[in-house]
Amino acid sequence: MIRLVKDKLAGAGMLALAGVPGLVVFAMILGLYGRSRPILAAKPLSELLFSSSWHPLRGEFGLFTFIMGTLWVTAVAVAIAIPLCLLASIYLAEYAPRRLREWTAPLIDLLAGIPSVVFGVWGVLVVVPLIKNHVAPLAGVSSSGYCVLAAGIVLAVMVFPVIVHVSVEVLKTVPNEVREASLALGATRWQTIRHVVMRKAMPGVIAAVVLGLSRAFGETMAVLMVAGNVAAVPKTVFDPAYPLPALIANKYGEMLSVPMYDSALLLAALALLMVVLLVNVAARAILLRVERSVQ
Amino acid sequence: MRGAMDHDPPIRVKNLNIYYGREHALKNISVDIPGRTITAIIGPSGCGKTTLLKSFNRLVDLADGVAVSGEVLVDGENIYAPGVDVTRVRKKMGLLSQKPYPLPMSIYNNVAYGPRIHGTKKRGELDRIVERRLRESGLWDEVRDRLHAPASKLSLGQQQRLCLARGLAVEPEIILCDEPTSALDPVSSRRIEERFRELKSSYTIVVVTHILRQAKRLADYVIFLYLGELVEHGPAGKIFEEPEQAMTREYVKGSIS
Repeated sequence: MIRLVKDKLAGAGMLALAGVPGLVVFAMILGLYGRSRPILAAKPLSELLFSSSWHPLRGEFGLFTFIMGTLWVTAVAVAIAIPLCLLASIYLAEYAPRRLREWTAPLIDLLAGIPSVVFGVWGVLVVVPLIKNHVAPLAGVSSSGYCVLAAGIVLAVMVFPVIVHVSVEVLKTVPNEVREASLALGATRWQTIRHVVMRKAMPGVIAAVVLGLSRAFGETMAVLMVAGNVAAVPKTVFDPAYPLPALIANKYGEMLSVPMYDSALLLAALALLMVVLLVNVAARAILLRVERSVQ
Repeated sequence: MRGAMDHDPPIRVKNLNIYYGREHALKNISVDIPGRTITAIIGPSGCGKTTLLKSFNRLVDLADGVAVSGEVLVDGENIYAPGVDVTRVRKKMGLLSQKPYPLPMSIYNNVAYGPRIHGTKKRGELDRIVERRLRESGLWDEVRDRLHAPASKLSLGQQQRLCLARGLAVEPEIILCDEPTSALDPVSSRRIEERFRELKSSYTIVVVTHILRQAKRLADYVIFLYLGELVEHGPAGKIFEEPEQAMTREYVKGSIS
């Protein structure tokens, strides 16, 4: 009798604990919404999201510049990271001798553990001058080096361990017999990887990329240090950007005497959260379709 | 071309030794596999049956720390000689594994996969190949109106016949089978065996099996391995009725397993 009660209690307790993360997200959205209500009441949402005029002292709080900043930086990071990570994971999972794989795995995990401010410093000391002195002149433009490209490169390096780690695990779950089936037909290793292994692993690889993407959207410190933080919509990758997290981190806590400022920043936070949620939902939808078509 | 070689064995194994790290998996094996017959490789589990089979198309290469010495001659060519194009060797042989592993694509594309990677691109030609091979493996009537459904939707028995069709589509001379019915129900197993009997007039078939009754039903020629050594080989009737070695006698009677 007591055993059964304990069983029930344990079940209920664990359910409650498992619910906590979900509740936290919900509470955050609710809290942010509550705090941004003053500005939502004062201005139409379309103006807040799609106007690029940010003049807090004049009471203008258009977030478009910052949303575009976030999208630009993330897009560049993903464009660099995806080919890099895919090829690296394919090499590690399919070609590398087991020794090498066992050696590199902890190194890659270590990369994931490096504090983001260190990546930021590396960006300032290495990536920014490199772009200013070599890459931008090569492209025929002048740039301070603090720009979308610098932020994208730093971010790509930061999401690399996340994406590679998960992708390698995913590739290792593809049964060897499937590879053998393709090889036995006289396919080369590369044909086997391209047409069979990657196909089979695609849902997992997409999940890995999304995981990296979520991190890229939210990354604050390293991006803030190299993106330039100029409130203008970037036109090329050599222009500076001012992503949402950088805005919040830079401005929150100062100038709070300006009316609505605080509310506008929390709306920015809400927008960021929503972008991340939307990307995750979209990715999940893609995942479901891919899973169905692969089987 | 095949006709001219009928008198030479399609596969000739000479002093083959295979090691996995320190484990000596195959010990000095020499044997000829006769053409256009069904050869069964029998023996208890772990005796090296699968290793011997996979040495014929160099799939043993994939194992970690594997070392091979000796020769395997396929159509007179030593496939372990340096500079051999492994993909060309493998194309000569279809493979059926223990469990069917359809490629993650449609039924049609599973069969068309081999011809495509070897350069057949024309739709009409692929259509003909797919139909012909699916008929040959006895699956056509069951799948003709859902060729573009995912192969994973088929039953296990159908999947195994699909794998057979997939292997036949690259026009092999030899079909290698590793316990091809061990995951199948009796009805599906029987259908696979029927296919083998039909196909042996045009292909050399090598079947690894631990099911003695299956070997007796199917085999024309039998190779008996025990702990990595070749104990005895010969025509099926002789191995099953009057084996020379005491060990073979005990195994075919079922007293060792």
